[in-house]
Amino acid sequence: MPITVNVPTILRPLTHNQKKIEIEGANVLEIIERMEQQYPGFKAKLITNGKEHHFINIYVNDDDIRFGNGLSTKLNDGDTLTILPAVAGGQEKVDC
Amino acid sequence: MLTIHIELIEAMLAQANQDHPIETCGVIAGIEGSDIPSRLIPMRNVANSQTFFQFDPQQQLQVWKEMAARGEEPVVIYHSHTSSSAYPSRTDIEYASEPQSHYVIIPTDPSYKREIRSFRILHGMIVEERIRILDKHKSTAGLSKVA
Repeated sequence: MPITVNVPTILRPLTHNQKKIEIEGANVLEIIERMEQQYPGFKAKLITNGKEHHFINIYVNDDDIRFGNGLSTKLNDGDTLTILPAVAGGQEKVDC
Repeated sequence: MLTIHIELIEAMLAQANQDHPIETCGVIAGIEGSDIPSRLIPMRNVANSQTFFQFDPQQQLQVWKEMAARGEEPVVIYHSHTSSSAYPSRTDIEYASEPQSHYVIIPTDPSYKREIRSFRILHGMIVEERIRILDKHKSTAGLSKVA
């Protein structure tokens, strides 16, 4: 049974507007590599120099991978991998 | 243009003033494709800061899942600026990632006249838009606020 990837709005132009994609992989990085093969440009939106971007949240089922093993977090058949851009911002410090 | 009911504006203002001087944040969900904000969900600012906000990632996952299950999307993403004008900062632009959302900023410093403003932000480009406020005499059906 494959892993289900929930694709955020901002990445859907890469996946031909598909919201959910089923794909095989043993850990988070493997899934991202396989997504990259099928949907070129996908990986660069999530990872730079082997590290996930701080403005992207990746969850396996209900767990943020930052509190697991990061990109090495293992996946089991039927798991869901959800990608959500962090929602953040705010005024800058008034020191310039 | 953002069309929004006055009760939602008042709820955002009340939340922002209550949280001041900490930045407040939240989302207003609406039916996908409708462009009508209807369900206001205050979010926890995990940064708990006067100059930065970040949705609690765990709460965000639950809220986004709930929106997906209800056929909704984030129509409005709002936050406050506690000592500057209601204009997107560099960090606001860097993090903006919902092309269909209206980014609403609420200034809570009285010197900025508490004038709420709305923007579209995409690929680093900012476009300010008009806010059309629906008044109290129109129907409030379908409006809700998550406690």
